[in-house]
Amino acid sequence: MSITGTLLRSRAVAALASPHGVDRYLELVNPMWAAHEVRARLVDVHREIDVPGEPVVATLTFQPTTTWRGHRPGQYVQLSVDLPGARRLTRCFTLSSAGSRPGERFTITLRANPEGEVSRFLVEARPGQLVHLSQAEGDFVLPDRVPERVMFITGGSGITPAMAMLRSLMLRTHRGRVTFLHYARSAEQQIFAEELEQIRTAGYGVDVHLVHTQEGGRYFSALELERLVPDFRDIDTWLCGPEGLVEAVQTAYGVSTGSTTGTKLRVEYFQPPRSSGTAGGRIEFDRSGVSADNDGASILEQAEAAGLRPTFGCRMGICFSCTATKRSGIVRNILTGETSSRPDEDIRICVSTPEGDCSVAI
Amino acid sequence: MTTVENTGNRRLSADELERFGAEMDAIRQRIVGELGEEDAAYIRGVVKNQRRFEVAGRALFYLPVVGWLPAVACLSISKILDNMEIGHNVMHGQYDWMGDPDLNSRMFDWDTMAPAENWKYGHNYMHHTFTNIVGKDRDIGYGILRMDEGQEWRPYYLGNPLYAFLLMTFFEWGVALHDLEVDELVAGRRTWAENREIGARIWRKVKKQTFKDYVLFPALTGPLFPLTLAGNVVANLVRNVWTFNIIFCGHFPAGVASFSQEECEDETSGHWYYRQLLGSANITGSRLFHIMSGNLSHQIEHHLFPDLPARRYPEIAAEVREICERYGLAYNTGRLSKQLFSVFGKICRYALPSRRGQRSALVPDQLADVTVAA
Repeated sequence: MSITGTLLRSRAVAALASPHGVDRYLELVNPMWAAHEVRARLVDVHREIDVPGEPVVATLTFQPTTTWRGHRPGQYVQLSVDLPGARRLTRCFTLSSAGSRPGERFTITLRANPEGEVSRFLVEARPGQLVHLSQAEGDFVLPDRVPERVMFITGGSGITPAMAMLRSLMLRTHRGRVTFLHYARSAEQQIFAEELEQIRTAGYGVDVHLVHTQEGGRYFSALELERLVPDFRDIDTWLCGPEGLVEAVQTAYGVSTGSTTGTKLRVEYFQPPRSSGTAGGRIEFDRSGVSADNDGASILEQAEAAGLRPTFGCRMGICFSCTATKRSGIVRNILTGETSSRPDEDIRICVSTPEGDCSVAI
Repeated sequence: MTTVENTGNRRLSADELERFGAEMDAIRQRIVGELGEEDAAYIRGVVKNQRRFEVAGRALFYLPVVGWLPAVACLSISKILDNMEIGHNVMHGQYDWMGDPDLNSRMFDWDTMAPAENWKYGHNYMHHTFTNIVGKDRDIGYGILRMDEGQEWRPYYLGNPLYAFLLMTFFEWGVALHDLEVDELVAGRRTWAENREIGARIWRKVKKQTFKDYVLFPALTGPLFPLTLAGNVVANLVRNVWTFNIIFCGHFPAGVASFSQEECEDETSGHWYYRQLLGSANITGSRLFHIMSGNLSHQIEHHLFPDLPARRYPEIAAEVREICERYGLAYNTGRLSKQLFSVFGKICRYALPSRRGQRSALVPDQLADVTVAA
């Protein structure tokens, strides 16, 4: 494919296939042929957790097109799929396999949340299902030179990127010491339990601590961590989990929300921090002629509350699906805390809150 | 101006307009609720066929002599489908609800000179919002022709039939250059600076289109270069002539009304629907004819519901017609030959100054209608 690939990506072929692009022709012959875009076929669905009354957690194996450039453990991918009713939705999912080279199979692990249309569809999907992908994204990854000591602190689904990193450390035969601290609600809802048990008992120097908070396990505290790892502030730590856990760990490391500069802590939210915007003023959705009092929530949430249905994807500011033009007013980016007042500016409405009056083209 | 009265139509009272608008809204709501797999399968099927015709057309040029005519036919069909049932409709956002970037109005570009971005502004916004408002809708005569009495006659318009012929022949160029609003530039109401970006986009797209059709594909056929080149020119010409004729039948046949800016100040949504209805005309024909015209043969339904998938227009048409009958409004439709004859009559008639008295030529019973409505 490499010579064919080079040819298909050449300027000459682009000129011939203009304005639609060569992928629009290739996909009609075989959906798994692509020169630029990434698509994948579902190969296998493995249920990690399948307890009645609880959301299913499943690991999905995908065979991507040759255009897949591979991934580093800890990264995520934007996945789009056509749902019944011919609506294609895009969501972000964490890659759970140890890493992949170009064109290689990989897995994602996801929880089928009751309100998650895409995840509910995917855990029920059959092998052969076609999905559309971005390349792997995100810099919540291990550095090329892995430090001697590494710590992962995760909660709930936040285990997935850490698991991918841990798996790659196992493959690399990392000789240092690894601490893996995970919070789940119960043993029943513990993902990757068997594998973690094997790693723990294999004697590779991995300390696995699984805390089940509904079964007497205590929530995270700096004291507890200090007891486990006295010098934790000097250890490179990867932190991923819900907001409560992230905040508690950040406090323990002595960092303020949204900034980890100068510390050994790297953070990935799997939910954006609740918007800390200030209520006040009016928000106007000028394309639909609707307006509402600004309640301080994200513009996406406020639009939905006003009965509008703007396009969205990850809802955490990474996929740009919800990008809309802000006509006027000041908005604050929830992730960075930056404000901007430029008119006719493209903003991601899922992570922007209005500061006073604001008009958005929705 | 071809006022509503000139077309023999009645004006609706504010009350009637509101009810009329509500009935249209109801149709729209219902169709939006029904959109799904069938619509997606349809447009994807059309795209698949268009690409097949395109590839077949390009390939048949390798067959000297016997392949030429089929090649031109396939390529012409491909370009017509690409521009009309796919391009025009996708860029209206008719399939945006699918969330497929390949069929999304923000992403799609078509196989013609006009860059999508320029065209969407001039067409979706200017033309569809201000349809048939003299002085606002730049598609009345496209800044070149005199197609309405409301446009003041100048000796320049003596060339009306000639300009129309040239516009038909070079239609894709005309559509591309339309967005530069050259007439406005000459009149000093528009500056070169405003055109810089629009012009740059046109230049980039024109380079790609001409290079592909007139250099690259002919060169790939080696010694058959001149034949392939000629074939591509003819295919583009066939598409130009076809689209020009379909589009001119949409707004210019006799009986289509135009509106003044005053009439449309603070317009209600009911009046907007009313204006779209009276400002458009349909063409009757077979299913294949409707597909090949991008369903612009249902120009009335298209103007009432520009962002509903065009394949729905035929089923909506019966309802719209029935509503028109109840409100006593004309539903302008006819065979292609009839509508074309009417359009070309208009092109020739408006080459000459309007005769005095023609404007208020009203038949008494129409006058009665007007008074009742007022």
